[in-house]
Amino acid sequence: MELPARTFRVTRADLVRYAGASGDFNPIHWSDRIATKVGLPGVIAHGMFTMALVGRAVTEWAGAPDAVVDYGVRFTRPVVVPDDDQGTEIEVTAVVREVTEDGLTRLDITATCGGEKVLSQARATVRTAR
Amino acid sequence: MSLDPSYVGRTYPPTAPYQVGREKIREFATAIGATDPAHHDPEAARALGHPDVVAPPTFPFVVTMAATQKIVEDPALGVDYSRVVHGDQRFAYTRPVVAGDELVCVSTIEDITTRGGHGFLTTRTDITTAAGEPVVAVWSKLVVRGEA
Repeated sequence: MELPARTFRVTRADLVRYAGASGDFNPIHWSDRIATKVGLPGVIAHGMFTMALVGRAVTEWAGAPDAVVDYGVRFTRPVVVPDDDQGTEIEVTAVVREVTEDGLTRLDITATCGGEKVLSQARATVRTAR
Repeated sequence: MSLDPSYVGRTYPPTAPYQVGREKIREFATAIGATDPAHHDPEAARALGHPDVVAPPTFPFVVTMAATQKIVEDPALGVDYSRVVHGDQRFAYTRPVVAGDELVCVSTIEDITTRGGHGFLTTRTDITTAAGEPVVAVWSKLVVRGEA
């Protein structure tokens, strides 16, 4: 079963807000000067911000903010966020891999940006909605 | 400089307790656009059986940052932080983090490998309450990119 796709828009303002809320002030997430100096195309989103947005999709699919029992991802490609009002978009889809008898649902998740996968091995286990 | 493989299995002392504040959870939830009332309204969280507002699933990473920093900055381990990228991240929850929690992190280096000139460092951080109740286990794999 495929779950409804979700799209998250990400702008520079979102990265600044996430930096403050998370305490991760690595300048590659807000300074083009420093991001390009270390070989990136420009400012990139925090991997943990992408993971948090995907986590939102997971809890919304599960129908409960406290339903996640296991959640893991591999970061494969940076999400480059241009300095304009549009920013970029992350598309998230998932399929149900398994529903266990003890009430757990396992999801295989795909997250892309500009058609390229930004995560791999993205999986979540949630308590099955009653 | 490559990572010292003799660090595998090393466990670091518990961190000072992290006090999870209600406003911090609200701020974090707002920053990721999580609007579920259980992240913001204690009554909504109580209706789900929690004592106070519930943190989103990736919030525990914030709690582990100080512990991870301590490992990464250990000069003997040999991590060049300017070359670090985040490889993998995983959370296994006993229960969600809620406002009012006092959380302690104990980190262990689970694995160190070198492949293709890059170093890979896997840490496991067990987050418990100050009283020792398990809350969530957090794995991070950091990649230390080799010199080109």
